[in-house]
Amino acid sequence: MKKIKRQQIVETVKNFYMDAVISLPEDVYESLTNAYQQEEGLSKEILSQIIENQRVALEDKIPLCQDTGLPVIFVYWGTKVIYEDGDPREAFNEGISLAVERGYLRASVVDDPIFERNNTKNNTPCIIHFELVDGEQVKIIVVPKGAGSENMSALKMLKPSEGLDGVKNFVIETVKNAGGNPCPPVIVGVGVGGNFELSAILAKKALLRKVGQPNKNSLYAQLERELLEEINSLEIGPMGIGGRTTALAVHIEYFPCHIASLPVAVNIQCHSARHKEVEI
Amino acid sequence: MSKLIETPLTDEVVETLKAGDKVLINGYVYTARDAAHRLLVELIVEQIPLPFDLKGQVIYYVGPTPAPPGKVIGSAGPTTSSRMDSYTPLLLFLGLKGMIGKGQCSVEVKKSIEKYKAVYFLATGGVGALLSRHIVAVEEIAFPHLGTESIKKLLLKDFPVIVAIDCYGGDVFSR
Repeated sequence: MKKIKRQQIVETVKNFYMDAVISLPEDVYESLTNAYQQEEGLSKEILSQIIENQRVALEDKIPLCQDTGLPVIFVYWGTKVIYEDGDPREAFNEGISLAVERGYLRASVVDDPIFERNNTKNNTPCIIHFELVDGEQVKIIVVPKGAGSENMSALKMLKPSEGLDGVKNFVIETVKNAGGNPCPPVIVGVGVGGNFELSAILAKKALLRKVGQPNKNSLYAQLERELLEEINSLEIGPMGIGGRTTALAVHIEYFPCHIASLPVAVNIQCHSARHKEVEI
Repeated sequence: MSKLIETPLTDEVVETLKAGDKVLINGYVYTARDAAHRLLVELIVEQIPLPFDLKGQVIYYVGPTPAPPGKVIGSAGPTTSSRMDSYTPLLLFLGLKGMIGKGQCSVEVKKSIEKYKAVYFLATGGVGALLSRHIVAVEEIAFPHLGTESIKKLLLKDFPVIVAIDCYGGDVFSR
C-alpha cells in the first residue's frame, strides 16, 4: 500500500497545469511542423505563426492561448493507494485554483450555465474523471480544453443499420460544419460504441493519444486513415482559409454497445492540443 | 507583403482592402466579446451613450489572460466571431468599421459589411502569446465587473491579420 497526501496532488496539478498551458506536447509540435512543410501562401503563414507562438510562450512565460481552458483531469487511481485527507476532488480543484492564480490564467468558468453565469474566478470546479486501476500509482492527465473547439463537437445515436457509412458521414459532417471555428488544423477524437455518455468520454480520451498513433485494431486504424484523408480533402485548411491540413490526425476509441445502438461522439481539439501526464 | 493600416478606419482605407490581403494594424481597437456585446446593445436600446464612439472603430473579439508582472497584457488571441453575429449588424449600422476575430460570419453580417463598407479581419486563433507582443498599451474603459470580458482599449503595433471579408463581398472562407 502507498499513501498519497493532499499536498502532493495540489502541487502536481498546479505545476503540470501551468506547464500544460505554456508548452505543447512534443508530438503535437512535430506534427504542426510537418503540416507547415506541406502548406503554401497564407496557410503556411498561419502555421508559421502557430509554430512561432510556441517559442514566444516559452520565452515570455505566458499561455499559448488566452483560452486556458475548462480544466479536464483524468485520474487513474491505483487500488493500492490510500488517501486520508478527505475528498480528493478538493485537492485537484485546489491545484487548479493555484495554477490560475500563479500562472496568470484566464478565469473562464461560470457557476451556473443558464441563469446567473457568475465567473467562479479560479476555473473550478474542474471536470474530473476518476478510474480505478490496479497498482500503487495515481496517474494524472491534465487537459486545458478550450471552448472554441469543444463547441464544435457533437454526439449522435445512430441506428446500427447506418453502420460504417453512418459513422463516417457523421464525423465528416461534424468537421465540415465546424469549418474554421475550432482553430484548425484540429485533432478529431471519435468515440464509437458504449452508450451516450461513454462515447463522449472515449472521444475525449482519443484526443490524448500521441498524434497519428493508429488504433491497435487494424480495422479501426484503417478507418482513421480514411477519415483523415477525407477530412483533409475538404480543404478547410488552417483557420478555415483553405489548404491541405484541416486535421493533423483522427483517433478513434471504441467499446462494445447495445444491440440496438451505435453511439458516435466527435470531440474536436484545436491545434493548441495541450495536455500533460504525470504519475505520483 | 503586408499592408500597413491605422485605426480608426475610413471608407478610403476600407476600400483598399481585399479578402486575402495580409494587413498590419496600428492604433487603437476595443475589446468586446459575448457579455460586453449584450451590454452594449442594452445601452443602445435604452439610448444611453456607449463607453466609446463606434464611428470608424474596430472591435477585437478577445478575452485576454491577466497581464503577468512586467507585461501590459497576457495571452490575447481572437475568439470565435460567429457568437457575436446577432449583435454585429446593429453595431455596423451605428458606424463600427471593423472586427477582428476568427472563423466564419453569418450571411447577415457579411451583407452588413458590404452595406456599411466595413471589414472583417481574421487573426490566427490559438497564438495569443505571439499576438500579445503586438499590443503595447491597455486601458480598461467599461464593464470592469466582466473581468476578462470587460471592454478594453488596446494600442496595437503591427498587429498581423488577414482580410477575411471585404466590403465588396469577397470572403476568404469561400474561395
